Parts: sequence; structure tokens; C-alpha cells
Amino acid sequence: MTGLFRSFGRIWAVFMKETVQIRRDRLTFAVMFGIPIMQLILFGYAINMNPKHLPAALLVEEQTPIVRTMVQSLRTSDYYDFVMQTDDPRETGDLLARGEVAFVVSIPSGFTRKLVRGERPQLLIEADATDPAAASGAVAFAQTILTDALRHDLKGPLASLAAGPPPFDLVVHQKYNPEAKTSYNIVPGLLGVILTMTLVMITAIAMTRESEQGTIENLLAMPVKPIEVMLGKILPYVVVGAGQTLLILLAARILFNVPFIGNPWILFLGVSVFVLANLALGFTFSTIARTQMQAMQLTFFFFLPSILLSGFMFPFRGMPEWAQTIGEVLPLTHFLRIVRGVMLKDTSLAQLQAPILALCLFTAVAVSIAMLRYRRTLD
Amino acid sequence: MATDYAIDVHGLVKRFGNKTAVAGVDIQMPRGEVWGFLGPNGSGKTTTIRMICGLLRVTEGTGQCLGYDIRKDAAQIRELTGYMTQKFSFWTDMTIRENLEFVARLYRLPHTRQTVDETLETLGLTHRQHQLSGALSGGWKQRLALAAVTMHDPKLLLLDEPTAGVDPQARRDFWDEIHHLSLKGMTVLVSTHYMDEAERCDRIVYLAHGEKIIEGRVPDVIDRSGLLTFRGEGAGVRRLADDIKHEPGVEHVAYFGSALHVSGRNRAAIQAAIDKHPTDDVSWNEVRTSLEDAFIALSAEAGEDKRVHA
Repeated sequence: MTGLFRSFGRIWAVFMKETVQIRRDRLTFAVMFGIPIMQLILFGYAINMNPKHLPAALLVEEQTPIVRTMVQSLRTSDYYDFVMQTDDPRETGDLLARGEVAFVVSIPSGFTRKLVRGERPQLLIEADATDPAAASGAVAFAQTILTDALRHDLKGPLASLAAGPPPFDLVVHQKYNPEAKTSYNIVPGLLGVILTMTLVMITAIAMTRESEQGTIENLLAMPVKPIEVMLGKILPYVVVGAGQTLLILLAARILFNVPFIGNPWILFLGVSVFVLANLALGFTFSTIARTQMQAMQLTFFFFLPSILLSGFMFPFRGMPEWAQTIGEVLPLTHFLRIVRGVMLKDTSLAQLQAPILALCLFTAVAVSIAMLRYRRTLD
Repeated sequence: MATDYAIDVHGLVKRFGNKTAVAGVDIQMPRGEVWGFLGPNGSGKTTTIRMICGLLRVTEGTGQCLGYDIRKDAAQIRELTGYMTQKFSFWTDMTIRENLEFVARLYRLPHTRQTVDETLETLGLTHRQHQLSGALSGGWKQRLALAAVTMHDPKLLLLDEPTAGVDPQARRDFWDEIHHLSLKGMTVLVSTHYMDEAERCDRIVYLAHGEKIIEGRVPDVIDRSGLLTFRGEGAGVRRLADDIKHEPGVEHVAYFGSALHVSGRNRAAIQAAIDKHPTDDVSWNEVRTSLEDAFIALSAEAGEDKRVHA
């Protein structure tokens, strides 16, 4: 019995010691409570599996009461947010390629006349199917929404049209991914996710290891500038990143048959900037964290929203405005636009200007913070 | 000319938050000498050394190191100094050779391979060059560290308790190497707790509570303490120590090996204190005051730590 008591006493001793140490490590404490709160908010509010209010473009070549009714019905369905209306197909095609709209709804000229004559004219919805999940809801309901809306207008002499099959022929183009394969969306995205996770983590640890093992004192006493330390530490991992990229691209081709229709050099440029952005961020983390453990926690704290809010797992445009704003800050969001654009859409460099510049800006900010925070002394 | 001094600092103060670690230290150390930096733990030795080589920002005070401003020219100072940290701070997951190669490249020493080969040869570590530095014993770690911080042939060598935890033979070898470097013209400032090491220095600086208490050549420091010392030898000294300690005129009592040293400033008073406790098996005679006696007295004189702590 006394043996058991003694054992409890020792458990108590270890318990108290652990409590003291947990309290002392503020960052760990913050992360332990910050992560669940973040998860609650992101999963609860930001993520939407059946996204509505997706941006769409309208390509109409005629304005008639029937066309207006149809457009209005799509608008009020909550699925389509028409952000622009034009009669120039080049313009809408560009929007779709840059991923600024998820759909283009096209109503050709003569639509109303053919409809009234009972010729069942074609109405075209082009969906950006690089993310099949995002497009599915809006496309699935379009037929019903439009048919219901027309029923009110088809009265008197036109009542006969309301009775039979829909008076129009809805054609859906699943652009860029006609078979709506999820792997087309996930595998290129995975490239970004894997690069984010490994590179941020590795560099975050690289500097904290020096402080934790006391070798930082030696490094600081020697004539090497902060930027030199940073570049020297980051460059080996640029090579690692290149290896990972090659591996994933090969797997995408051989195992998953993901197409690669764009210009590899644009992807090369995108990957390069993205890798630098992540490494600079990791280095910044390592100037904030005091231990390798804290560096890991910071990495995880960053990784979670990167996965959830970047459009990797859930449709980006389906998230509420605030979540999209946070998502725009994350490098992965921009990289996904680049990698999916190049591989699946053959997006041009000009069309990818915005995400590439965003990544450059992110890198510049991260490097500046890292340089400001890098301690030249032991103070 | 100010550049006659390797180290020339005035009124150095270092505060961490509201805690003062160094409270106004002046050091004028000529080039080419070997100086000892002494004082109890926490007296500010490490902090002072770190300020001199630019590892810590100076809170107050001014100074030059090798003619460069310690506040502004840390980069130049780093090129010209070698700093050996108290705790072994080379990369334990790298081999001896890899560590030396890294240092050689960082200082852009020409012919890296050859320089490292020579250094290994001098160190006597050629046959172990591919061992991880973490696997070395304390003495060898210190030798590796010394070799690494002197490879670029610095003008000034700052050694922070380089021989702590090292066996006597290794300590002796280490000091032979320091004198060897000094002969080549290197200026050496070395902090230590060992009196025999202090006695091998040209001059010593004694810090307590972040202030310089005394500075000078070893015999001068002893003389300035004004102490007289009697040495008692024999089986009975242990019983006497506690009694004599409290006698008037006795400043301190300390063991040196099996002998007892009784120090004070008044010969008659010490004599009286000893006579008060006559013992058959203890023989007394006056000896020259040792540096350690002087320091114990100095520490006691420095009194309470007046620095503000958080």
C-alpha cells in the first residue's frame, strides 16, 4: 500500500513540474487554445461544401423580357453572382481562364425568337471544372431554376411551351476537366500543400536549432551577415523543393494521368517564387520561435488555414468574404491559381500576373520581417 | 594613440531590462599581453567580453576594440577577434574536420583544405578528424574550439572560462598553447576561476557585482590587498578553523590542501588569535599571501551585490 502512495507522490511531483513548464511556455499555451478556436471558426463558418454566390459572367447577345426573366432567376437562386455582363466572348473566356469567374452563362442572339417558335434554342453554361465540387451545385440546379422561372412567362399563346420538355436546351461545358475528375484538382494542389508544409517547417527549425543548441553564439561572433545566413540556410532547401516538385509532377502524370497542357516554364517560375515565399516565411518563424518545438507549432498554425482557406480542399469562391480575404494573404492560394491554371487551363503568363506578383510581394514582406527580427546580438 | 590598446573601453554598462549586469567597467589593455579576467560567477565577466566583441549591445559607455568602435564597428571587430564561448558552441552533429572547414570558409581563408589539414596536424586530431565533435571529451572539445577560433589568426583572442571542467594536464597544455599564441603577437583576454591560471597572466582584472574591484600584476594585487597570512599545518587544524575564524583581527580562514591559511591585516592580532588556541600538533609560520587569499578578501570587501535585480 505504501508503495502505491509513494508512487502517487512521485506522479504528483512530475505533474507539478510539467504544469510549471507548460505555464512557462506561453507560445505553446497559446497554440493549444488557438488551434481549436481556429478550427471551430474555419470549419464552422468558412467552409461551405455546397458553395453559393459563385462569381459568374454573363454573355448575352440580346435583351428581351424572357432573357431578363431567366437571368433574374439565376441571380435570385443564390448560386450565381453575376459580376459582369458583356457581349464579347473573348472577355468572358479570359475571366474563366484567370479563375475570376466560375461560370459563363451565354445566351446567343435569336434565343427568344427560337424559343417562342418552339425550336428549343441552346443556352450554354461553361463551368470552370478545375474544381468539380465548386461547379456541381450551380450546374445541377440550373435546369430547374430556369424552367421554373419561364413557367410564369409562358402564358396565353405560349402556354403550350410550358407543358412539354423545357423550351430550351441547356448545354453545360465542364471546361478544363470534362470528366470532372477530382484528382485533376487535388494532385496539382497537393504540390503546393507539400511544398508549404515541408519547406516552412524545415527553415523554421533551421535557425531555432542554432539558438537551442547554443551554436548561435558562435555564429554571431563570426563575420557573417544576417542576409548571408538566411540565403545560405535557405538555398539547400530550394534544391529540396525542386526535387519534391519533380517527384509530384511525375506522380501526377504516371499515377493519376493529370494533364499538363500549359507552358512548363510558367509553372517553373511560379514554383520558384512560391518556394522562396515559403522559405522566407519559415525563416521568419525561426526568428520568432525560441525552440524547435515552437517553430513546429507556428508552422502548424500557419499550415491549417493554408489547407482550409486556400481553395485546396474547399471551393475558394464559396467561402464568405472575410475568409476569402484571409485566403488572399496565403501564398498557397496564389500558387493554386498558378499550378491549376498552367496544368489544366493553359493559362498565359499575362493572365497569371496577379498571383505571381502576390507571391513576390509576400516574399518581400517575409524577408523584410526576418531581417528586422534577426538578432545580430545575443540581447 | 588609442590603437596602442587592443581593448580600450570606458564606463561600460549593460542592463537587461532593469537588471544591471555590468555597472561601469573600464579596461585599457595593451596589445600583445595576456590578461586574466577574474571574479565570482555572475560578476559580469561574460557580459563584458560579449560587449567587447559585439555580441551584446552596450547600454552605456564607449570603447574601442583593436581601434574599432565597439558600438558601430562590430563587423570589423568580428573579423579580427577570436571568441571562445564558455559553453562548447561548435556543431556537435558535424565532424571535427567539417567544423574547421566551415570556420575556414566563413573567414574566407585561402586554401581551405590545406589550412584545415595543418590545423588538424597541430591539434593532433588528424586521425580523429572524421569523428563528430560532439563525441569528443571535454579537453579535446576545448582544444578544437581554440583551434577553430584562432585559425583566422585574430589580433585579439577572448576566452571565456576556456578550461572549466577540463583535467589538469589538458589545462596545462591549453595554457602552453595560449602562451605560444601570445608569443606570436596575439593579445589574449581570458576569464578563469583558477588561481594558477591567473598567475600565468601579465595582469589581472577582478570583477565583482559588475564592477571592477582591482586590476594589476599578480604581486601588486596581493600587496594591495595588504594581507598577512599564517599557515598552520598538522593534524589538528580542522578543529581550529571555526574558532579562529571569529577572533578579532582575522579576516578570513581558508584551507589550502590540508593546511589552514589565516589572513588579516594586523600581524599582532593574527598572532594573538593563533596563540589563543594552542595545539600541540599544529605548527604555524608566516607565508606569502596567495592570490586566492587576496581574492577572498576582495570579494568580502566588495560586500553586498548592489545591482538592482528584477
